Amino acid sequence: MFGKGASSSKSMEIIGSEKKFSVLIVDDDPIIRKIHGALVSKFTTEIQEVKNGKEAVDLCRSGASFDIIFIDKKMPIMNGLEATKELRAMGVNSTIVGVTSCDLSSERNDFIAAGQNQCYEKPLTIEKIKSLLSELNKNN
Amino acid sequence: MEVGQMQRRLIEYTKSLFMEGILDDQFLQLQQLQDESNPDFVVEVVSLFFQDAEKLLNDITRALDLQSVDFPKVDAHVHQLKGSSASVGAQRVKNGCIAFRNFCEEQNVDGSLRCLQQIKQEYYHVKNKLEALFRLEQQIVAAGGSVPMMELSF
Repeated sequence: MFGKGASSSKSMEIIGSEKKFSVLIVDDDPIIRKIHGALVSKFTTEIQEVKNGKEAVDLCRSGASFDIIFIDKKMPIMNGLEATKELRAMGVNSTIVGVTSCDLSSERNDFIAAGQNQCYEKPLTIEKIKSLLSELNKNN
Repeated sequence: MEVGQMQRRLIEYTKSLFMEGILDDQFLQLQQLQDESNPDFVVEVVSLFFQDAEKLLNDITRALDLQSVDFPKVDAHVHQLKGSSASVGAQRVKNGCIAFRNFCEEQNVDGSLRCLQQIKQEYYHVKNKLEALFRLEQQIVAAGGSVPMMELSF
């Protein structure tokens, strides 16, 4: 599903996708949404962004589905852990990846207990996304 | 000044920002994300950081000025500033925030005020440096040249 190969051109083309995949970015920080949006756009064009966990839950409840959901931990209205639990209770089986600006080692158990598949420290990088896609490829 | 000279000056200037610890690798990550479809990406992200940082610094200043300081609130602001400075690679600002959070945990007003002063200095320093960097880039483009890409390690 997530193939090999990366563009070495200065203007990076979509990397490593034999098939399109959809991504939802959930973060209250507009800087992070912009950076993660630009990062993910190197891998796919199917990207949506929302500002908090409640918007993510409402979007999924309305019928939208995503292959990968990148979700921040600390957000107003509904945080990432609450949203993850809600999404899993709804039967959403997307790959949910937690992102945090806190120390990851102390947060990892919370993320996994909530139902997330993976977690990273913010900000994401191209290497982290490649590593995630490679892992998903292996598991699929 | 001819384009080649301006490009070399830009590379040396950018390198100096990394050597002095003002910027870290995250800034290079941002530059890697800029392309023809997103030609002003770095300037846009850094502009968001400037807006965010100045608001947060004002909020922190007001919060520390109160008779009874709400340290959890101050800590929340500092945490946010740490996050946004880390996002753009403003290393010294980020490190200042890490130290500041320790003083918040101790509920140490004097230490917090000293940290705030330090972070403000570092913020305005990186702001001036980045604005100078963007001016250099604009001069190169205006002269018909292209902005050279930095290597991820040097």
